Amino acid sequence: MLEIRNLVVKIADEDKQILNGLNLTVNAGEVAAIMGPNGSGKSTLSYVIAGKEDYEVLDGEILLNGENLLEMEADARAAAGIFLAFQYPLEIPGVATMTFLKAAMNAQRKARGEAELLTPDFIKQVNSAADGLGIARDMLRRPLNVGFSGGEKKRMEILQMALLAPSMCILDETDSGLDIDALRIVADGVNALRAKNRGFLVITHYQRLLDHIVPDTVHVMSNGRIVRTGGKELALELEKSGYASYGEAA
Amino acid sequence: MAIITPLKTAAEQQLAEQFANVKAELPGAGPVRKLREEAFAGFEAKGLPHRRLESWRYTDLRSLVREAMPLARRSERPQAVADRLAIQTIPGPRLVSIDGIFSPADSDLDTLPEGVTVRSLAEALTEAPEAMAAALELPEVARDDSALMLNAAFARDGMVIEIAPGVELARPILLLGINSGAKETAQYSRVLVTVGAGAKATVVEQCESVGPAPNQVNSALSFVVGDKAEVEHVRLVTRQRPETVLVQSLLAEVGAHASFASVALATCCGVLRQQSFVRYAGEHSRAALRGINLLRKQEHSDVTLVMDHAAAHGESRELFKNIIEGEATGVFQGKVIVRPHSQKTDGGMKSNALLLNDGATMFNKPELEIFADDVVCGHGATVAQMDGEQLFYLMARGLPRPQAEALVLAAFAGEVTEFVSDETVREIFMREIDRWLSQREAAPKLETV
Repeated sequence: MLEIRNLVVKIADEDKQILNGLNLTVNAGEVAAIMGPNGSGKSTLSYVIAGKEDYEVLDGEILLNGENLLEMEADARAAAGIFLAFQYPLEIPGVATMTFLKAAMNAQRKARGEAELLTPDFIKQVNSAADGLGIARDMLRRPLNVGFSGGEKKRMEILQMALLAPSMCILDETDSGLDIDALRIVADGVNALRAKNRGFLVITHYQRLLDHIVPDTVHVMSNGRIVRTGGKELALELEKSGYASYGEAA
Repeated sequence: MAIITPLKTAAEQQLAEQFANVKAELPGAGPVRKLREEAFAGFEAKGLPHRRLESWRYTDLRSLVREAMPLARRSERPQAVADRLAIQTIPGPRLVSIDGIFSPADSDLDTLPEGVTVRSLAEALTEAPEAMAAALELPEVARDDSALMLNAAFARDGMVIEIAPGVELARPILLLGINSGAKETAQYSRVLVTVGAGAKATVVEQCESVGPAPNQVNSALSFVVGDKAEVEHVRLVTRQRPETVLVQSLLAEVGAHASFASVALATCCGVLRQQSFVRYAGEHSRAALRGINLLRKQEHSDVTLVMDHAAAHGESRELFKNIIEGEATGVFQGKVIVRPHSQKTDGGMKSNALLLNDGATMFNKPELEIFADDVVCGHGATVAQMDGEQLFYLMARGLPRPQAEALVLAAFAGEVTEFVSDETVREIFMREIDRWLSQREAAPKLETV
């Protein structure tokens, strides 16, 4: 499904190279976790997959179902099936959440040549997904993410993920800033979306999130590369031994 | 000692000739005539405002006004004016001026709410010159402004609106100012609004041009806000010719425990100077000035304001947003003065601008002059590009770049729009913003749910 080959990336206006020949494959139906210390390039990887402009790709390729993502703008990547749940979702004052959700869903449908959603169908879908995530109706009328708590913002990310039904979900430090109850709600939301035609890339520092979203594979990232790959037990091992043996300081 | 005679520009000489020719026929005898002559003498000594004057630094009228256009007079009405009058967008009584001259026949004088009276300025100047000369007095901080001097010298018409104490208006009063644009004219007008103690009113000022010819417009609107009164002023400047030069002065004197709030939107504004002078005449009064300027091509918008805290316990809020593309220029000059005895003043001033391309320019000049020691005053001015993080977030959800940009810009402007209390008027603001955004390249419309 998602194939990354020899990816070399630097920050656009600096000489700082972040990813140094990274290779990674996530198959359909697989939940892959990436763990690694601060500064290992985890967030950069998620941004580069989603199409953020602040980076320059020096080498390598990123394929989603055989399509080269690097040739697409961020919106085209989203329409192709990439979804990035942000570590820090942005606040968009003045834009009601409902307005935004409908615009996003219809933009993707349009890009895929599908008919636009009718408002009643849209509202039905949103309400049902929101109920599952414990998102109150009045939150949907408020400006997107403005004044939302950390937990509310993360739930809003998962709501968007559920509505946009992407084929490849990337979760960037989704557990940061969540208390244990919020973590459980978010994890349940993610688990409900697990499907055999959908891949997940879960980026995290800590084992904690992986107790709730149990991965099929765990990759360890260090110095802009995947340095080790194993099963879910690898996460437990890292929790005990730390990242020191991977030769990385934060 | 040598006597220095300032060299006059062609426009200044034409203005002097115009005043000499027209002063005898301008309405108002005795003290009004005297006021006009003093004002013009003041203007002659200073000339048109130019960039060496601190308060006009970024809007050089001396170079923008190369010639003084002929003075506007009541004239035949082009079809375009009738067409515009047929459109009524804001419910509530409408008071119409055409080329700066009040048109009672087109105004809803019969349906004015109880407690509201409206006269033409010309009529008032003729009937009560003593009282009017006093009412036309400028506040101290505006007294040496030569654009206002020109206004005082030449104002042929306008309105005198009185709202009785305690009257609460359910619907806004609309001041619709139409430039016929039939030919090049200079228009000088003055509207005086007196709001009695405890009254509540919203006055919407709409300024549009419907014809092909550019104009030179110099208008002044002054409010006297009685104690405990609440006044909201909304201004829409749209659809001007690119060569039009518009100077709009707003004067407000705010009584004790009263509030005055103004929100303005300018798009397609030619060269626009909006200058506001607010004076806190009583304690515990509040005033807020806010505005959005959407600028492109060679448009020029100058927002200059002076908040004169002449009484204690006053609160002032200013928030201005400029979105600038093309080769347009935005200016914000905000001055907050706190007089020595005006303790417990609370002032907050913000100007934020987004420049959408390299050719766009913004000048920000916030100033605080504080002579009291127990006050809270702050200001912030930013000039930035569109927020790339917000754009990326929206695009990562599938919104194409133009739509994502439109959302980010609408959100930026939206922080001001929310201060328009009347829902219909607020919708007009949002429509104008959408219209401006949709005129950017390939920007689609966003459907609200």
